[in-house]
Amino acid sequence: MRRILIMGATSAIAEATAREFAARGAALFLVGRNADRLAAIADDLRLRGAVQVDTHLMDARELTRYPQLVDAATQCLGGLDTALIAHGTLSDQPAAQASIEVLLDELQVNALSHMALCTELGNRFEAQGHGCIAVISSVAGDRGRQSNYVYGAAKAAVSAFTSGLRQRLHSKGVHVLTIKPGFVDTPMTAAFRKGPLWATPATVAKAIVGAIQRGTPVLYTPWFWWPIMQIIRNIPEAIFRRLKL
Amino acid sequence: MRGHGVSWGRLPGAAQQLLPVRSRHDALPDLPSMLPWGNGRSYGDSCRNDGGVLLDARALDRYIAFDPATGVIDVEAGVLLSAIIDLALPNGWFLSVTPGTRAVTVGGAIANDVHGKNHHRAGSFGHHVLGFELLRSDGTVLPCSPTENPEWFAATIGGLGLTGLIRRARLQLKRVAGPWLRGDSQRFGSLAEYIAIAAASERDWEYTVAWLDCSAAGRRLGRGIFMRANHAPAPAAGAAPPAPRGSLRLPFTPPLSAVNGLSLRLFNTLYFHRPAAAARDALWHYRPYFYPLDAIGDWNRMYGPQGFYQYQCVVPQADAERVLTEMLQRIAASGLGSFLVVLKTFGDHAARGLLSFPRPGVTLAVDFPNRGARTLALLDALDALTRSAGGAVYPAKDARMSAAAFQQYFPQWQAFARHVDPKFTSSFWRRVTGSTTQ
Repeated sequence: MRRILIMGATSAIAEATAREFAARGAALFLVGRNADRLAAIADDLRLRGAVQVDTHLMDARELTRYPQLVDAATQCLGGLDTALIAHGTLSDQPAAQASIEVLLDELQVNALSHMALCTELGNRFEAQGHGCIAVISSVAGDRGRQSNYVYGAAKAAVSAFTSGLRQRLHSKGVHVLTIKPGFVDTPMTAAFRKGPLWATPATVAKAIVGAIQRGTPVLYTPWFWWPIMQIIRNIPEAIFRRLKL
Repeated sequence: MRGHGVSWGRLPGAAQQLLPVRSRHDALPDLPSMLPWGNGRSYGDSCRNDGGVLLDARALDRYIAFDPATGVIDVEAGVLLSAIIDLALPNGWFLSVTPGTRAVTVGGAIANDVHGKNHHRAGSFGHHVLGFELLRSDGTVLPCSPTENPEWFAATIGGLGLTGLIRRARLQLKRVAGPWLRGDSQRFGSLAEYIAIAAASERDWEYTVAWLDCSAAGRRLGRGIFMRANHAPAPAAGAAPPAPRGSLRLPFTPPLSAVNGLSLRLFNTLYFHRPAAAARDALWHYRPYFYPLDAIGDWNRMYGPQGFYQYQCVVPQADAERVLTEMLQRIAASGLGSFLVVLKTFGDHAARGLLSFPRPGVTLAVDFPNRGARTLALLDALDALTRSAGGAVYPAKDARMSAAAFQQYFPQWQAFARHVDPKFTSSFWRRVTGSTTQ
């Protein structure tokens, strides 16, 4: 966990996790779209103990640029041990169900880009015989619901993809971690009313670092989302299709 | 978010809308009524904006730069004082001035020009601010320091968040030997005795403060415990008490205030007579010394669902004994006080802010469980005494002072008002300026 690539480094969960990495003296390669924000986060992480922080501007939609990105990170950090893939948008469900263009864009940002980067990293880590790929999926991917099934479908794709990748790379010494946060109080969810099920990015970040260290395959965070999602997954369709979730 | 929780006194009130500020590079939203909000440690309505929006600045929590050679730290305004200590103390630096909780933001500490137990030596928080950046609602960014935009610097220190959003600030920290403090504590029997001990301790002691038994009446009136300390090098190995770990938390709000006449007299008597109240040579870790209440998360819930008021006033030294005696008589007679009563003598440093509260004199802070009209009547009576003495009441603690009282306490308020951002306001500001617009 020493040399780490963070995709979507300006997201609240990624930044909180990067602080945990920094406190452990990691070297970080931060990828995002906003140069000012990346620079501010990099300064902060250096003061929090990161031995090296580099930043890289890129839009996650640029699917063909991932090999170059991994090259740049590897070169900057002198190798790569871990990647945290944390970029994404919370889809505007009404817009995405009204427009195929919006739908495809959401799937590109929240699913295809993850798969592209996982493919690139998976092959490299397989070749070097070690590494950890931690990918932020969501409990929303465990079952499609009318309120956000486009986002849910993208996250379901990420969960299924990382599950297969995990099987493929397990014997090669590579750890693939699927992270399924529940409700997290971040700018992405600023518009929602917060209740007792909401967690802070700092809580989720600690859980992510623990799961990377332990080699956990799938992390529900906070933990109580595991039983909640077991119930939701097992509601029979005959009932589920009538619910307003 | 409900009204409960956005301000520390938990007084019942209107729901508040929080809008996060995500990055110091972002523009302000285009809204007619905004108020910056830090960590919600102001007690009353100076951090509320009923009917408007609170700009939640807690996500502006990044360090920008720190020079371990000079002790100058540059941070975003939502950084908590605890985060500054975490970074600076291992390098031998501490806050030049700290209030009684480290769970406040740098922006909040500037906006209230907070003070601490070393006011007689160091002045208030604003004296150690090297500069900050102020974002106005029209998009203007004003770099402020004692030499650059000095009038905006003076308006914003103690300016209750009304002059614009403080995005980042540079502070001068102070050199310390480590996390330890050494000092003593002693009982005193009267206010006259307090004033004498405080005056005699100023020269040799950096931190002085007293706890007062507000339920004591008659010949016991004004009794309390005086505590003083200096930063100290680490004691010999094995001699140091263990650094405090973990903390408690009040997990729910009791249905009634746990603070009543009986619990108050019992606690105060026990606290006054406990052996540690007269410690000749005590060694403290900075956390229990400066921040005893930070060890009890959400302690403000103990006052029940109706919340509480804090009254903090300062009265000039010459009249302090007489005026404070009369205040204590009224408080003791009312049976409405609390165990959290603090006395401190301020030094002569002229404050930097137009609305700064600290000024020469003795300051008294008392918590009062909210019992409606009875409590308000008592606080009005205390205000009459403060006004007749030429003192002032601390806006950060206030939820009820009249516009007339405020305008008397802060005679520069009109000069200050010219610096208020046209789109910034607070429930407090509307109340004390008699304005009904938002």
